[in-house]
Amino acid sequence: MPLRADMMADLCRIAPELILCVFGILLVALEPFVPSSSKRALGWLAFSGSLVAIASLWIVARHPGPAYGGLIQVDNFSLFFHGIILGSVAVVILGSINYLCEERLQRGEYYALVLFAAAGMGVLAGAGELITSFLGLEMSSISTYILAAFRRDARKSNESALKYFILGSFATAFFLYGIAMTYGATGTTRFTGIAQALSISGPTLLAVLGLGMMLVGLGFKVVIAPFQIYAPDVYEGAPTPVTALLASAPKVAAFALMLRIFYVAFGPVQHIWFWAIWISAVLTMCAGNFAALLQTNVKRMLAYSSIAHAGYILVAFAASTELGIAAVLFYLAAYALMKIGAFTVITHVGGRGERHLELSDYAGLAKKQPAIAACFTLFLLSLLGLPATGGFMGKFYAFQAGLDSRIIWLVVIAALNSIVGAYYYLRVILTMYFREPAGESGPDAGLGSEIEWMPQPVAASIWVVLIIAALGTLYLGIFPSRVMEFALRSAASLR
Amino acid sequence: MTLPILLFFVFAGIAVGGALSLIFAREPIHSALALILVMVALAVLYLLMGAGFISAVQIIVYAGAIMVLFVFVIMLLNAGVENRTQHSIMARWLGIPLAVFLIGDLAYWMARGAHALPLAERSGSLAAGPVSTQDLSLHLFQSYLFPFEITSILILIAVLGAVVLARREP
Repeated sequence: MPLRADMMADLCRIAPELILCVFGILLVALEPFVPSSSKRALGWLAFSGSLVAIASLWIVARHPGPAYGGLIQVDNFSLFFHGIILGSVAVVILGSINYLCEERLQRGEYYALVLFAAAGMGVLAGAGELITSFLGLEMSSISTYILAAFRRDARKSNESALKYFILGSFATAFFLYGIAMTYGATGTTRFTGIAQALSISGPTLLAVLGLGMMLVGLGFKVVIAPFQIYAPDVYEGAPTPVTALLASAPKVAAFALMLRIFYVAFGPVQHIWFWAIWISAVLTMCAGNFAALLQTNVKRMLAYSSIAHAGYILVAFAASTELGIAAVLFYLAAYALMKIGAFTVITHVGGRGERHLELSDYAGLAKKQPAIAACFTLFLLSLLGLPATGGFMGKFYAFQAGLDSRIIWLVVIAALNSIVGAYYYLRVILTMYFREPAGESGPDAGLGSEIEWMPQPVAASIWVVLIIAALGTLYLGIFPSRVMEFALRSAASLR
Repeated sequence: MTLPILLFFVFAGIAVGGALSLIFAREPIHSALALILVMVALAVLYLLMGAGFISAVQIIVYAGAIMVLFVFVIMLLNAGVENRTQHSIMARWLGIPLAVFLIGDLAYWMARGAHALPLAERSGSLAAGPVSTQDLSLHLFQSYLFPFEITSILILIAVLGAVVLARREP
């Protein structure tokens, strides 16, 4: 059968996913033929695959509209999210290459799984229907379960993956049950169809139950309270580059789906879900920030910090306006950049076997490797929300959207939480700059316990990641208007 | 009594009997064989409702593939006669009330008739009445082609996961 014009257009609309899958399959096929001394090349192949996928966004942008009868929707919203997701994935792959060499885990499957996960997230960003989005969610989830277990000989990695897998499957079951109920209540799984049915029938009990079930499933994926319990253990145990991935791209993609489900499909019953989001926002911010205060492991502390950030994003989410949606988008872009940057620093400082994750390991880092310390300071200040960083502008737009929609109490709670957050971010910075390093401690310190521990020299690929993340964070902080304009146009395309 | 109703009662009886012997059998392999009986009897019930495709899938997937897996696991684990535990307190005090509630609930909705369920009117897409294999394949390979295709990637991911997690280190 010859390719018809409309089929060609549909294929163009899913070009990034096609490219990612082709590169993923290529990696798996090449894996056995590449000698183990040059497996690193597979990492570069995966990286170039993600760059080609980013380049293909130009083709996608020229074919706006629904693909496959509305199962996939190509609009500014989907493009914006594809940009964040593919960018994050490319940078994470770059940050993994060196880590995998050191841990002797260099394998084609790792990169293939990252690319397949990215394809799933791309489906999530564009999905216009529940079954398609469910499959996208599973593609990204199952890949990340496996990635979390990639350090097979480390007990923590196994614990992390098992927890993530069991609880994640449980959450997925909730999501699926929610889809079934929504279908029962409205007779369709398409977002626009659900909205039509709801605006006629009003919020029926079955539809609201379905939405609640889907909120449980999605709440797990975007890590909001009270479904956040698993996150610190999983983030801490997973290999650090995988943690960087977990904290950025899948979360961003799940937020994309959540925005579509809540604003498009369940837009007519906004008054029902508003309070659920409101309460969850407060719980998430408090749970993340107050637990982070107590942490001495920097990797775990950043896991709690990413819970807190999901709470700030929910403030913008609850605003229920176009500005609110745009603020969510902007925040997610800034958030992904600074989280990947911060976790890449942890990957580097952690060293072989991830032995240096404690706060005390960061003492005196400013003297040993000033540039790394400076980058980490920038990311932490951005997470804290200091002006001239992307994190500040993200919070600024989120709070502004909240004030415009008169959810003043929520904004006040969020602002107070930011102040609490300052304590644990600044503590790390102070440790790096002002505390004298202690001698090597730990079980295998042995004879060299007086010798000062030095972090390894910085690999070139780590530099590139840190520079991209740092420049991106500064760009969003100093010149936010272009990205914000695009976010506003994306928000408009959602409605 | 017409033939379909007679067949329904025969196979519903087999299904219930199989389910009971599944629970009460003391050797795991007997339980597994009883489960096959339940699956096949259910397949006949689907067929009586005019759902030929579901019935075939039931036999291929459940009675075939999944049961083979079960039997393999039992064989590999070399499971013998199961040990009887003291019945858990939860099961004793909650089990029967919950079972009674479930049966009562189902009976209530059946007595009121299917129309009383708070479901939306099916709008054209999946029409009422028996769904033929042809309808299903039209949905699967035309309107839902895209999800069908990405399911293959999902399966590939699962295979990769098995390879990554179970491979012996060189």
